[in-house]
Amino acid sequence: MLDDTGTVLGLLSVLLVSVATLAIGSWGLRLSRTTSDFFVASRSVRPRLNGFAISGEYLSGASFLGIAGLVLSNGAEMLWYPVGWTAGYLVLLCLVAAPLRRSGAYTLPDFAEARLHSRGVRRASALLVVVIGFLYLMPQFQGAGVALETTTGLPPWAGGLAVAVVVLLNVLAGGMRSVTFVQAFQYWLKLTALLLPLVFLVLVWLGDGGRSPADPGLVSAGVDGLAWADPIDFAGDHPLYSTYSLMVATFLGVMGLPHVVVRYYTNPDGRAARQTTLAVLALLGAFYVLPPVYGALGRLYAPGLAASGSDSVVLALPGVMVGGLGGDLLTALLTAGAFAAFLATSSGLTVAVAGVLTQDVTSRRLEGVTGFRVSAVVAVVVPYLLSLVTREVGVATVVGLAFAMAAATFCPLLLLGIWWRGLTARGAVAGLVAGGLLTGAAVVDNLVVDRTGGWIASLVGQPAAWAVPLAFLTMVVVSRLTRSQVPAHTSRFLVRLHTPETVRVDQG
Amino acid sequence: MVLDGLRSRWWRTRQLGTDADHATFRTLHTASLASPALRRGLTAETADRALRHLRGLLGTAAVALADTDTLLGYDGLSTHHTAQARALAARAVAASATVVAGRAELACDTEGCLVGHAIATPLVIDDRVAGALVALAGAPSASLLRATEEVASWVSGQLELAELDEQRHRLARAEVRALRAQISPHFIYNSLGAIASFVRTDPDRARELLLEFADFTRYSFRQHGEFTTLTEELRSVERYLLLEQARFGERLRVVLQVAPEVLGVTIPFLCLQPLVENAVQHGLEREGGGVITIVARDADRECLISIEDDGAGQDPERIRAVLAGEAAGDSVGLANVDERLRTTFGDDYGLVVETAPGAGTRVLVRVPKFAPGLTP
Repeated sequence: MLDDTGTVLGLLSVLLVSVATLAIGSWGLRLSRTTSDFFVASRSVRPRLNGFAISGEYLSGASFLGIAGLVLSNGAEMLWYPVGWTAGYLVLLCLVAAPLRRSGAYTLPDFAEARLHSRGVRRASALLVVVIGFLYLMPQFQGAGVALETTTGLPPWAGGLAVAVVVLLNVLAGGMRSVTFVQAFQYWLKLTALLLPLVFLVLVWLGDGGRSPADPGLVSAGVDGLAWADPIDFAGDHPLYSTYSLMVATFLGVMGLPHVVVRYYTNPDGRAARQTTLAVLALLGAFYVLPPVYGALGRLYAPGLAASGSDSVVLALPGVMVGGLGGDLLTALLTAGAFAAFLATSSGLTVAVAGVLTQDVTSRRLEGVTGFRVSAVVAVVVPYLLSLVTREVGVATVVGLAFAMAAATFCPLLLLGIWWRGLTARGAVAGLVAGGLLTGAAVVDNLVVDRTGGWIASLVGQPAAWAVPLAFLTMVVVSRLTRSQVPAHTSRFLVRLHTPETVRVDQG
Repeated sequence: MVLDGLRSRWWRTRQLGTDADHATFRTLHTASLASPALRRGLTAETADRALRHLRGLLGTAAVALADTDTLLGYDGLSTHHTAQARALAARAVAASATVVAGRAELACDTEGCLVGHAIATPLVIDDRVAGALVALAGAPSASLLRATEEVASWVSGQLELAELDEQRHRLARAEVRALRAQISPHFIYNSLGAIASFVRTDPDRARELLLEFADFTRYSFRQHGEFTTLTEELRSVERYLLLEQARFGERLRVVLQVAPEVLGVTIPFLCLQPLVENAVQHGLEREGGGVITIVARDADRECLISIEDDGAGQDPERIRAVLAGEAAGDSVGLANVDERLRTTFGDDYGLVVETAPGAGTRVLVRVPKFAPGLTP
């Protein structure tokens, strides 16, 4: 599968994507700003463009490589991941998007401070942003290692290091992060990189007779078609619980991802925030159709990968099914797409984490730019080291855990903060601490101990279904106990969150 | 961390001070609980929040707070004495002195009523009586009289601070008003003159300019709000520049580069307008006119706005004096904007002016994307 041409092409595509990213990072800002047309209003970011940008930053390596691997090795139940990652935006659309924009907050700690007037809640939120960011960055580096290993034969740590270095350089050089156009372009790059090879692969498959991967008679890697296509056939002894828990984590976790929330600030008002979310739903829905097809084809053509290294199925298929120079070229395109996915998400997360670190930790000791640089280094190095020392867990699994933690911490804070008058600062802190500790313990257990079977394995593997309700409960109960401390401005603030901008009320 | 806090508290109570010290600490702590409410002025809401703690301070059966018109709040037992407390407070306000009432004046039929004695002390802010504090207790005592007067004077101090805060806000609002008034005269005169010159030669353009002028004045003279969004402010700046271009024609060229990501940032109302006005003024000092460059950039948590002209430039020392409030002159707007940015976002966010004679001027404004409590 690996030959010299393939290796050269693979390395070349990675190099190309890295150089392009760095170039856009340092010069793109100027290029996209040389127009000097009048009338600012016509230049505000349209919801659809912002939707592209959010999708471009959101679609990570876990989406690009991880899902196909999971579908190949575990079967159709893994489709719940992309379903949840998309459906999370539906919850965001209905309950959070517009009020969050109207609150004027730029980051999640900003929202906590504005809503509860408390430095304590701010600090707790900042800490959680950093932890969730680390947890989300870690699998990005791990996945990049897998991608490079498949295409170029480099050891896994080298790929992660390459992404870490490029991300760090990119962020330190000024970052492409907030340039909406660049991020919107990222979406198209990823979609094309996945769609174009798939067209060829599907043609080959049709040429071979087009056998269904779910055919009951087809036994691939020891799994027959029926078992493979079962949507609630989760590994472990309690598949139904695992399925629901995963749904809770992903549906409610999206709103707590630090790099998603900051992009909402770009929307001019609450209405545009909703329209943006609607666009994101459509764009993610379109994208997520593709990776599972790779997984399904992998079941037919590369069953050997199901047991070992299923994350590399997307990159391996063109070599197996098309072969020759054509296969190498398609693999190179997929490598470029995967690398772009790792870079975009990692850069966004690094800036978000470094920003929080700068504001709430280093700014007291270090001056301006130095503080941000130190924070950026910390934000990249810590998760990279973690990705080396922890046992190998699937890319999507760790991302799933990051979602579970976001769902058990920021989801209660946002939902109760937006929809309930009774929330107090102490209640919020108690809920954040409870949710963070419970899911944190589950994360550590997952990364260190290898469990199989029994309730414990299921509960720890998918902690959201019990951790999220407990976090909500803690927040509500402690808030009721401290009800005399409801912030004085609560009613005014909620009026502001829920009144459309076109309605003329005193929104101060 | 929580455990740490608990232990250190336990440590302190065991190790620090005598019983008398503890009583002092307790008293100071209770006072500190009451002060945030009082620092927001004397209203029914703040009285309600403060009274609980004031009762803790005095240790009486009930306490009440009144302003000069009515009783704002009553906290404690025997609420049937509310009306009498109000009457007593009114007497204290009228007399501007402490008034004491015995059992005869506090007659009631309730069995086992704990209130048989009341003290009302006026609250004085800046030599003006603003209300009264009423303490209702079981029996008269000299120490209660003394304590009530001391607490009343402490409350008065807090209310004075509240008044000070309010005055500072009033001052900021007055500054915005002053700025509105400052823009108008010569700009209005010149714009109308420029528009008049187009009425015969290019009536359509004259009409457009007149409409721009109307929108510009409506924004600049708007009455509500100290804050606005960058979009609104830039829109107004554009109108202003359009009108100035009508007057100066080719001599005034404008380059505008705005990152769409920062358009929603909240900024103090009219904080760019004076800077642009200065830039136009200085940029046109040179023969052949000049270029005004306005750039708004996104820097993650902050928005960076720069306003630059390629005019004659100024003496940096003079600008420093203007910003320090030591010199007046044509850059009053500069000092005003600097002052308002500092009061809004903190001293880190003052104006930065880069200039030298013959090298043009660049003014840099830095604004955080989020600052608690700001709404456009």
